[in-house]
Amino acid sequence: MDNKKRTLIQAAAALLQNAHISGFFTGRIYDGSLKTVCVPGLNCYSCPGALGACPVGSLQNAVSAWKFRFPAYVLGLLLFFGAALGRVICGFLCPFGFLQDLLYRVPSPAKLRTFRGDDKLRYVKYAVLLAMVLVLPFVFRGTPFFCKYVCPSGTLSGIWLAAADSRLRGLLGWIFTWKALVLIAILTASVVICRPFCRYLCPLGAFYALFSRVSAVRLRVAGDRCVGCGQCAGVCPMAVNPVTSCNSPECIRCGKCVGSCPHGAISFTFFSKPVSVSPLAGKTNHTKNAE
Amino acid sequence: MNARRNAATAVLLAASAALISAGAAAGQHVQVLAKAIRICLECIGIG
Repeated sequence: MDNKKRTLIQAAAALLQNAHISGFFTGRIYDGSLKTVCVPGLNCYSCPGALGACPVGSLQNAVSAWKFRFPAYVLGLLLFFGAALGRVICGFLCPFGFLQDLLYRVPSPAKLRTFRGDDKLRYVKYAVLLAMVLVLPFVFRGTPFFCKYVCPSGTLSGIWLAAADSRLRGLLGWIFTWKALVLIAILTASVVICRPFCRYLCPLGAFYALFSRVSAVRLRVAGDRCVGCGQCAGVCPMAVNPVTSCNSPECIRCGKCVGSCPHGAISFTFFSKPVSVSPLAGKTNHTKNAE
Repeated sequence: MNARRNAATAVLLAASAALISAGAAAGQHVQVLAKAIRICLECIGIG
């Protein structure tokens, strides 16, 4: 996958999900019927431009009301996104992922692909999903713990709304200060580490990661073409080795490995049918593929 | 292996369609809308 193409898709997706442009100037959020549907990526529904509902916020809200009814609608939407696309959403459609990708392009003295303890820290996002999105909102009904104490997308929305509305500015207190510190930490880390929020904290990424091996869109490495040169592992921003684990839960399906393979060994597949191969490769033959 | 994975994908997609339909029939989409059209004070760091 061409990186420029992916950047264009990410920009278009971010714009489409935040196409209520007048909201950015008036500080008024969109209140139309499109908000009955959750967007696939992390995009706060209080963002002045948001046209859809935030899946994580909606899930916490639905879990809070679980005593009365099973949250079928929101879980169904999330299940659909996960089963159809999985973490392709992280790589192509998530506005906050796009922001982190842009920040990672900022030059810095060091860029860390991985470090000691990186693999253990990645489990934290599953704990965030379980504790802050599912268990705590269920036990302490009415409090969306992830949104309230962590979500950097919500903090960005708050900054924008507070800038447009002096009444909101007057209400900002210690929770906002805490969330602003979390946001600053994430944005600063994004310059050095590729997608630190997606790697360690995002509950939506954790949910979609559960579908990595069974989503309709997957990656495939053709064993008869792979020469083990390691180029794919070298370019992976999430420090995954596609040859040994092409459908790793940590893979955000950015497609850099597909674009880097000189032998066309890696391809995106849709229900196991190849849909793209490396532009560096010649004619392709997918007779002996393994997922 | 691929056939099994594709079957699992199809089952999950069918299950998601059933859940969305059941939830929408119960009016849960209206609850999503009701929350989404108001400024979420917790989300923006006030609540």
